[in-house]
Amino acid sequence: MELIKLQDIRKTYRVGEVDLPVLKGISLTIDHGELVALMGASGSGKTTLMNILGCLDRPTSGQYWLEGREISRISADERALLRNSKMGFVFQNFNLLARTSALENVLMPLLYSSEPITEQEGRQRAEALLERVGLADRMDHEPSQLSGGQQQRVAIARSLINRPPLLFADEPTGNLDSRTSREILEMFQQLNEEEGITIILVTHDADVAAHARRTIHIKDGLIQDGAFASTSGEPAEPVAGSPAGSTTTEALP
Amino acid sequence: MSWMSPKMRARTLRTAFQALRRNKTRSALTMLGIVIGVAAVIAMMEIGNGSARAIERSIASMGADNLMIFAGTAASGGVTFGGGSAHTLTPEDAAAILRECPAVRAVAPTVRARTQLVYGNRNWVPMQILGSTPSYLEVRGWTELAEGEPFTDQDVRNAAKVCLLGQTIVRELFQGTSPVGQEVRINNVAVRVVGVLSAKGSNMMGMDQDDFVLLPWTTVKRRISGSALRETNQSAAAASGSTQQTSTSDLYPGQVSLYPEQSAAQAANNPLPVRFATVDHIQVAATTPEKIPLAIEQITELLRQRHRLGADKPDDFNIRDMSEVTRNFTSTASLMTNLLLGVALISLVVGGVGIMNIMLVSVTERTREIGLRMAVGARARDILRQFLVEAVVLCMLGGAFGILLGRGTSLMIRTFKGWPTELSLGAIVAAVAVSLTVGIGFGYYPAWKASRLDPIEALRYE
Repeated sequence: MELIKLQDIRKTYRVGEVDLPVLKGISLTIDHGELVALMGASGSGKTTLMNILGCLDRPTSGQYWLEGREISRISADERALLRNSKMGFVFQNFNLLARTSALENVLMPLLYSSEPITEQEGRQRAEALLERVGLADRMDHEPSQLSGGQQQRVAIARSLINRPPLLFADEPTGNLDSRTSREILEMFQQLNEEEGITIILVTHDADVAAHARRTIHIKDGLIQDGAFASTSGEPAEPVAGSPAGSTTTEALP
Repeated sequence: MSWMSPKMRARTLRTAFQALRRNKTRSALTMLGIVIGVAAVIAMMEIGNGSARAIERSIASMGADNLMIFAGTAASGGVTFGGGSAHTLTPEDAAAILRECPAVRAVAPTVRARTQLVYGNRNWVPMQILGSTPSYLEVRGWTELAEGEPFTDQDVRNAAKVCLLGQTIVRELFQGTSPVGQEVRINNVAVRVVGVLSAKGSNMMGMDQDDFVLLPWTTVKRRISGSALRETNQSAAAASGSTQQTSTSDLYPGQVSLYPEQSAAQAANNPLPVRFATVDHIQVAATTPEKIPLAIEQITELLRQRHRLGADKPDDFNIRDMSEVTRNFTSTASLMTNLLLGVALISLVVGGVGIMNIMLVSVTERTREIGLRMAVGARARDILRQFLVEAVVLCMLGGAFGILLGRGTSLMIRTFKGWPTELSLGAIVAAVAVSLTVGIGFGYYPAWKASRLDPIEALRYE
């Protein structure tokens, strides 16, 4: 079943007098429970695409369906609500609150949650998540007392506190050594398999992308391949996606 | 929607405390401006209040709450005899004023004399020889005696030969020995000294208030000066004949009559000398200096009624007060307080600017944190609220410490410098209100700036 569907998404930045198109018509679908890598060189538009997918930004034109709801034109507050309830974010530089315990860091997104959850429930949930990422004995440690890998685990626990169906990881291993990277990526795979969380890995690294089951390649604001799940057996799917495909071929020369 | 749900409020507050704790030094330094401002306001107000009260008290000791009722002018054949020459004020007037005017605290009828005091081989003419009742001391706020006891109402009834001496007279006549129990001669009447008044210093006109003898007014009237004023004004005697009294027992009813009552024939056969029981002034103390106008109104009404003055007749008495002096003094004190308060308020505003400055720096420094919070679902208003609450918490904490520091300072000034200070609840309320206002006022701009940040750029901010 489709979780995300993009239809001819374009994003154009205005730099002074000049229009700078970054996304030039992106169409793709991502199903529930997928582990997808979004790959491209820097400047390819993959970050902009992730921002739009992650409801941090809105497209200049095009449609975006999340769980069947068209959300390309909703207000900033509604997007904030969606980010809080439907999405988790893991960043390259972890973005943990300094001088704040791991537990408090994990609890932070609950502050903005509309879900009625008690202090105690939140705490239990956060502790369970920290155990899940293997930091049961580090809950009271502050980020400065944790290694890079541990910090990223805290960030993953934080991204899961609101039980989102969708997780974005923006270069999650960019600041980690290769062994820790592998551990983190294995954790993503585990989460994807065991919890059924849809994960989108944004990376420029083919080794990282190799951990995903599908890779969407982006170049110069267009999808080169992997726009649709190869396993998609429904006949309607390619039809809906065909305009995107044609755009791709058009734009290539 | 959830702007004010209690759980949300508690969480926001906790987040604010966490954020402030994360940078203790900076939070403390930011708070310092408010702490000093509030402390200055509190200390200034307490010192100002204390000195205003002290000035009020010292003015009151000079008689700021006092009123003098003078008898009016007598005139005969086109010749007026000057203020106080009419014999219209009686001790009963004094008693009625105390009884019927609620704005009056104490009343004392007074009689004046000016004559020589002799003790042993020394003599002295006091500035003032005053006959009154024990309540005179109450009217003047002079109830503390240096030595001995005041005379009593009984002494007044009996026209007892007792007196209280002021410090100057003690110095001049007794030269260091205790006068209590000794006898001085006043106009050749031997009067026993029962007490010595405490030192009062000079009054606002520069008159030595300690150059003073106080006796029962009956003693002055009957034994010392006779009817001194009457001699200056024979024509008034006939006019005031109706107020004559023949014995002190009529003035102070309730005494046991020691003698069988006289029949009309006996009275005719043994005429007592006519004595006019009028007094020169009545001195009145109002309950507070502010009540003086009210007291004047009540006394005027009462005396006009008692003296049976028709609506077309002028008053046969004059009332004077010192309210102008009081007003000047208190307005000076309040001017000083307001001036200092102004300076203190400026320092509060400076403290507020300091908070705004630091909050702006803090917003810049925490751009990434703001971006992250937005990424995990904080709306612009959540960020606005968070930074606003932080500023307000800083200001309120600063205000609380400021109140403690201000109270401590005023306490220290009181203990070590001996300045009078007085707790000012108004200042504390004002300080809290001002800190809150400063917090919201100066915290709003940085908070608004934070809430305007773009999450994407904020997340990438280095």
